[in-house]
Amino acid sequence: MNTSYTPSSIAGVLDTPTRKEGGKTIFEHLHEWATTVDHKKLGIMYIVYGLIFFLVGGVEASLMRLQLARPDNHFIGPQLFNQLFTMHGTTMVFLVGMPIIFGFANYLVPLMIGARDLAFPRLNSFGFWLSVMGGLILYFSIIGGMGMTGAGSMPDVGWFAYAPLTGKAFSRGNSTDYWTIGVLVGGFGSIATAINILTTIVCLRCEGMTLMKMPLFVWLSLVVSGMVLLAIGPLTAAQIMLLLDRYLGAHFFDTQAGGSAVLWQHFFWIFGHPEVYILIIPGFAIASEIIPVFSRKAIFGYPVMVGATVAIAFVSFGVWAHHMFTVGMTSIGNTFFVISTMLVGVPTGIKLFNWIATMWGGKIRLATPMLFCIAFLFQFLIAGLTGIMLAVAPFDWQLSDSYFVVAHFHFVLVGSLLFTIFAGIYYWFPKVTGRMLSEKLGKWHFWLFFIGFHVTFDTMHVPGLLGMPRRIYTYEASRGWGTLNLICTLGVAIQAVGILCFVANILWSLRSGKRAGRDPWDAWTLEWGTTSPPPEFNFSKSPVVKSRRPLWDIKHPSDPDWKYE
Amino acid sequence: MKLTAHKRLIVWAFAFLFGSLGMAVAANDLSLQTSIFSPESAPADSIKHLSFLVLGISGVIFAVVTGMILYATVRFRQRPDDDGKEPPQVYGSNPVEAAWTIVPILIVVVLALSATRVIQEIQNAPKPESALDVVVTGHQWWWEFSYPKLGIVTANELHVPVSSPQKRLPTFLQLRSADVAHSFWVPRLSGKTDVIPNRHNQVWIEPQRAGLFVGQCAEYCGTQHAKMLLRVYAHTPEDFERWASEQKAVQAEGPQVAAGRMVFQRTACINCHTLDNTIADGRFGPSLSHLMSRETLGAGALSNSPANLRAWINNPSQFKPGVRMPAMNLSDSDLDQLVAYLATLK
Amino acid sequence: MSTATIALTSEQSASNPNRGRVGMFSLIAAESAIFTIFVVAYLFYLGQSLSGPTPQQVLRLPILNSVCLISSSLTIMFALRALGNGARGAFLLWWAATIALGGYFLIGTGIEWKRLIYSEGLTIQTNLFGTTFYSLVGLHAFHVLVGLVMLLIVLLLALAGAVKKEHTARAEILSLYWHFVDAIWIVVFTVVYVIGR
Repeated sequence: MNTSYTPSSIAGVLDTPTRKEGGKTIFEHLHEWATTVDHKKLGIMYIVYGLIFFLVGGVEASLMRLQLARPDNHFIGPQLFNQLFTMHGTTMVFLVGMPIIFGFANYLVPLMIGARDLAFPRLNSFGFWLSVMGGLILYFSIIGGMGMTGAGSMPDVGWFAYAPLTGKAFSRGNSTDYWTIGVLVGGFGSIATAINILTTIVCLRCEGMTLMKMPLFVWLSLVVSGMVLLAIGPLTAAQIMLLLDRYLGAHFFDTQAGGSAVLWQHFFWIFGHPEVYILIIPGFAIASEIIPVFSRKAIFGYPVMVGATVAIAFVSFGVWAHHMFTVGMTSIGNTFFVISTMLVGVPTGIKLFNWIATMWGGKIRLATPMLFCIAFLFQFLIAGLTGIMLAVAPFDWQLSDSYFVVAHFHFVLVGSLLFTIFAGIYYWFPKVTGRMLSEKLGKWHFWLFFIGFHVTFDTMHVPGLLGMPRRIYTYEASRGWGTLNLICTLGVAIQAVGILCFVANILWSLRSGKRAGRDPWDAWTLEWGTTSPPPEFNFSKSPVVKSRRPLWDIKHPSDPDWKYE
Repeated sequence: MKLTAHKRLIVWAFAFLFGSLGMAVAANDLSLQTSIFSPESAPADSIKHLSFLVLGISGVIFAVVTGMILYATVRFRQRPDDDGKEPPQVYGSNPVEAAWTIVPILIVVVLALSATRVIQEIQNAPKPESALDVVVTGHQWWWEFSYPKLGIVTANELHVPVSSPQKRLPTFLQLRSADVAHSFWVPRLSGKTDVIPNRHNQVWIEPQRAGLFVGQCAEYCGTQHAKMLLRVYAHTPEDFERWASEQKAVQAEGPQVAAGRMVFQRTACINCHTLDNTIADGRFGPSLSHLMSRETLGAGALSNSPANLRAWINNPSQFKPGVRMPAMNLSDSDLDQLVAYLATLK
Repeated sequence: MSTATIALTSEQSASNPNRGRVGMFSLIAAESAIFTIFVVAYLFYLGQSLSGPTPQQVLRLPILNSVCLISSSLTIMFALRALGNGARGAFLLWWAATIALGGYFLIGTGIEWKRLIYSEGLTIQTNLFGTTFYSLVGLHAFHVLVGLVMLLIVLLLALAGAVKKEHTARAEILSLYWHFVDAIWIVVFTVVYVIGR
């Protein structure tokens, strides 16, 4: 293979900007990135975009935790606090979670299936810039000025924006509209990307790669794309209805005219529950690639993993009203959703056991990606168990809308998803940039963040059990929640230091990280068969595969996978 | 070895964390005020017993699976003296997959059946003849309580009788909202039920012991969601009768409050509040009848005393920023007279 | 080392489906999800209006409109057959007919709305029926409009001589969208004008 090839990829960006002869100016680099349709560049941009908003969302969370550290605190007043939790939730789900998972899929899927790019490269760019637009619209609300009916300013209706609080009567001004339109526009971007990824996987696999020979990351990306297509629609529809209510005097959620506030909840959660699976399944996808490589074993039970994920995808569309156990549904309605929610826990548990079985009997290398994945297994176990607890409707009648639920979903989104995202970044950074991230800083990042995470979120279950509702800007001292909240806040400080290590690691390693070479981890999927970073066209010849681990076959010619699969 | 040092640190960190958690919870008795594990009423009690089952099962699963993860991590670590050969590749095992599919299904069946039983028990509980009816109306950001059969309307502090096996006196609450979605939650009495406009929900409580049970709104409803507190006073049946007759009785007014009553009736107060024996018939804010029989003002924003009342009327936003009641901008003498009047309303 | 640029078509093995079709079906799936929610809202609120005109009082079956729209699915199929055979003139004729039929549907919808608003006093603000009716029918009409715009662009390209036999597959993918719009109308018609009255 050509080792002198200099791809026009991220490495070039760091060259001295003003050198004109042979090199590019900073403007030419910016133009290249702004107009690119290359899935690798778009993938990187999605992830960088998501990480930037991760820091913003983290600041929002930190401010809230400072306010809640003591009872009757006056650090932040109610109006700002309510805006902060709204922005924090909306940012983390729509401007961090979705972009990052699309970024990973964008970058990796074509490489893993031996394709040159996604099926529709220009649509890819369109989807990305729509997502960016959505985020900018949402954050423009900070400086949004006086409109016809009152001030702009950040939305304060909560990230799920229940009616009728979002109606014109109760949310004056334009703040709610920034939420609605920002998320709506981002939703179109998500649908565009999902169409793209799904079509790519269905149509562009290289020769020999049947559906059951794709890497699990690709299978799960296919499932997620299908889910996005069906789940985002309900949110889009509900948001259009909300806009019609607010601007054309419609009555979809106008209880004064006989409209139903609960209907918004149904529509939102028909989107919202599949959405959380859309967010976490890419985390599963990342773990399913890393755990085998660092255990030196094939994934245990590949067909079962596929089947379980498809089962999760289907069942997840039938559990939404477990977010509505307190709304006053009939006992039959409640019972149905108890059963369906418990049902979705079974395939989820199966996957967990399969990962552990992959590790079993292996030779586990405890490098940073694997540390994050093992922590993910532990934390996802806890998240799943608190989820099953909450599925018991009467238990949920006490704990819905309390800090127990907040702890549960942070175990899912931070303890599980974010940990796998970190794992994925440490694992694929060498492929993307050609340099390794520092193992030393990585371990500091891991341990600090792990400890801080548990200090905050283990503790957080307790105020919920002691009756503390969510979304309150302050609480009385006599409630007895003060010490617990203080502990939660202290954990945030530890996590913040961990994140600093992470940012430092990335910045340092971009310049000075050890050169990675093509395949630093001794892995088995196609992306490790090309250079680091890959050339613009990915592969100089379209690969032909015979098994799920094409590079294993090449490295073990006497013992190839296709003999056993 | 690096890992051992780290592991020790982690073990100590967790021991410290859980130790302090335990101490924080134990040391502060008051923290049990709103604990779901200190029920004093049938629905909350059923939920507590169910939660022990659920926590127990989850705890066992947690211990077993965490053990497996830790064991796998430690036992199958790459040794420093590793020969570099790949370990045996195991691609799967159908019996094993079946095992860890069937066992979770069985567990899930047990949990679902237990949940169903308690759902039936609570949601479809028959309503005894002797039950007390209260209509709860959620407002931004206060609670209205009306006893239709008793002709009483009050706010934020709910008085109910204690129930005993011999004389069952549960209270059935009809939940309505005047504006946005709220949620009625007093953890020691029952699970929460949402209070949604254009929807009729119902929740029932059955306190077994006299005392004060606190809670608050549990569905984000706007700026002052945090200070929409609930106080439920459970009385012996005799004490409850006494409270009810006091509430129904004609307002006793102290002498020399005519001036204050004048101030009240000629100010905007009457547009939002109702008050017996005056022309005030407003529905936007809480009824002020028997105001001084309440222990708090502003749905728990501050405790009720003439001095606090004066400060509240002068500038409610000081205690509850964003509250719907405006600062009344009364002159000092008007305010003094008004408070002197209101302070007599027992 | 061969740095041959790999033409995308060579990567599709014979057994893999066509990208455009898969992409269009995916789009149709997503759009169906949106429409489903509007239909659910319509059905949920049937009979729930607190006041104002009811469907029975003001709705008249839009027979001609529907016939036009459904026939446009036929005409577009004829157009594509003609294109596949290289019959440019026939293709232009049938394609233009499709646009005309679709355009008539939109005009007919506009006329119906004018009657409902000005003679019957039904607007999106009037009651729950007005809200759900205008939004569901309006959402569909919007999709018809978008389809018409795309069909028009193809017509103009064809008139300029740029649409040839080898573009049949692509035109077929556009027709999938048009068929989808028609199928949605069948659902909307059934829900609004049959079940709803």
